[in-house]
Amino acid sequence: MDWSFFLEVAIGGLLAGVMYSLVALGFVLIFKASGVFNFAQGAMVFLAALIFVSLVEKKWNLALAFAATLAAMVVLAFVVERLVLRPLVNQPPISLFMATIGLAYLIEGTAQGILGAQVHGLDIGIPDTPIQLGAINVSRFDLFAAGVAIVLVALLSVFFSKTRVGRALRAVADDHQAALAVGIPLEQIWVIVWTASGFVALVAGILWGSRTGVQFSLTFTALKALPVLILGGFTSIPGAIVGGLIVGASEKLAEVYIGPKIGSGIENWFPYVLATLFLLVRPEGLFGERRIERV
Amino acid sequence: MIYREAGQLKSSYEADQQIFPILQDRIAFLGLLAAAFVLVPLVGNDYWFNAILIPSLILSLAALGLNILTGYAGQISLGSAGFMAVGAFAAYNLMLRVPHMPVLASFFLAGLVAAVVGLLFGLPSLRIKGFYLAVTTLAAQFVIEWALTKFSWFSNNSPSGVINAQKIVILGVRFETPVRRYVLTAAIVALLALAAKNLVRSRLGRAWMAIRDMDVAAEVIGIPMLKTKLLAFGVSSFYCGVAGALWAFAYLGSVEPQAFDLNRSFQILFMVIIGGMGSILGSFLGAGFIVLLPILLNVAAHSFFRGGVSQTLASNLELMVFGALILFFLAVESHGLARLWQIGKEKLRLWPFPH
Repeated sequence: MDWSFFLEVAIGGLLAGVMYSLVALGFVLIFKASGVFNFAQGAMVFLAALIFVSLVEKKWNLALAFAATLAAMVVLAFVVERLVLRPLVNQPPISLFMATIGLAYLIEGTAQGILGAQVHGLDIGIPDTPIQLGAINVSRFDLFAAGVAIVLVALLSVFFSKTRVGRALRAVADDHQAALAVGIPLEQIWVIVWTASGFVALVAGILWGSRTGVQFSLTFTALKALPVLILGGFTSIPGAIVGGLIVGASEKLAEVYIGPKIGSGIENWFPYVLATLFLLVRPEGLFGERRIERV
Repeated sequence: MIYREAGQLKSSYEADQQIFPILQDRIAFLGLLAAAFVLVPLVGNDYWFNAILIPSLILSLAALGLNILTGYAGQISLGSAGFMAVGAFAAYNLMLRVPHMPVLASFFLAGLVAAVVGLLFGLPSLRIKGFYLAVTTLAAQFVIEWALTKFSWFSNNSPSGVINAQKIVILGVRFETPVRRYVLTAAIVALLALAAKNLVRSRLGRAWMAIRDMDVAAEVIGIPMLKTKLLAFGVSSFYCGVAGALWAFAYLGSVEPQAFDLNRSFQILFMVIIGGMGSILGSFLGAGFIVLLPILLNVAAHSFFRGGVSQTLASNLELMVFGALILFFLAVESHGLARLWQIGKEKLRLWPFPH
């Protein structure tokens, strides 16, 4: 076995996994604070990337475009809270899940209807060229993406554990009713958390978009993020990162080493099977909270 | 005043246990069956059979299957289209490889094959719950789609993975015209719906509902978790498998694995939610709604913009309206169309009095 090749594949996978983690992070944020399994996360990534790239193509400054897109995501958060979450308070989780699928269709349709369905190239000035680290090649862009993810996770961790809003978010995640009883405004918390996940979606959208081009297939990033999510646990931010790394590395290794034996293209489902097998051992994911059920 | 149960006394257990305890319901239902099997074949045209009636009946069957699993047994599944694909390809291969295979038997066996695959993917449900389970059922969806595309044995080495379903011949009668295919589909769907209705009223159905409402409590009162959950997966996949076989044989004639992609699974889930979870009737209402909606939207868009709307905008508009309608429905009546029907019936019992 060629170890430097193995390492190269593994590291490439790990760095790709960071990109999955970014999308999974958005899921985790919303699930933590509102118990909603937000299937529209992929659509949000697509929407954010599409708005950003449209502004950049109009010769906007990158920072300005980023700010404008973020503003758009804040508006989206308000609209979602008002039109989706508030009418569906106290509905079973599956209704909310269905609602987010509806929301995903709505966002995708609106984004494409207004901004067009063609593929946009996006260049944010980070070259996708390999650099040599000892015997292995690593993409500069992947390293940049990993750096961004680390910064983002650090920011979110500080936000959740140190700030007043972050504590309120955790209180809501723990128990809606108790949080309401001590005077935490649920509506505001929802807007904040959807904004935060809109921000994560924007970052993910820019990174994915400059890697693959901004196109409809960005919405499928949600499907890539799901096994990451169940591996790491729905409620854990570190879990999303570690899950992403495991999924990224294992799917690339599986494609290279198992793929030739049973047929290629297993990348699409291997993470799911891996996650399923993993869940059989630990049903709450790597870092999920263990729930004790009582009658 | 017309629709009420007053005076309809039950004097035997059979009368107490019948599906429609109210006489008016029985008459209405027989009328509906008569309309479906006599009137519709006489007056319907090919467009209606091919574009609306056959697909909505088949999707009703799939929705029924998912409703058993999700609505009655409380296990969320996003892999129903995968089991439909198993059914379609199993029926095709049975017809192809087993000499003198009767079509109906191949449908039944295809359902069983799907049920076995469903059991396999249902195994994680014993340890995993809720959305974790939903995500693992996606594994079924992706693995099945991949396997059917990858291994050309399943499609008899057809280069594009497309299978051409054999002609349906039952006891020498050929079911080729749309009317005949419609009647065959309707008959199979009606039989399986009757079976489902009785199944959910049985001991097993009640065990499913107990697990749905609270699985720990159900286990405490002695419901065997392993058997009951796996049976839910098996029965559900059986229905989806038969639906898939019909999709290939009675509806399209030739299908590829991509006809049963994730969007189809979502479509079936929408039918269950919009129609009403835990309701046999709801599966039919939901399927009818989801099949008719895009057609109506298309017609509306064309008459509204008089053809002046571009194809991409039209398809995006459809996506938007579809998404918005789902949100609207969930907000206004989250128990689905079946619940509306229920409310209507309650109102009718009191009519014309307000209380």
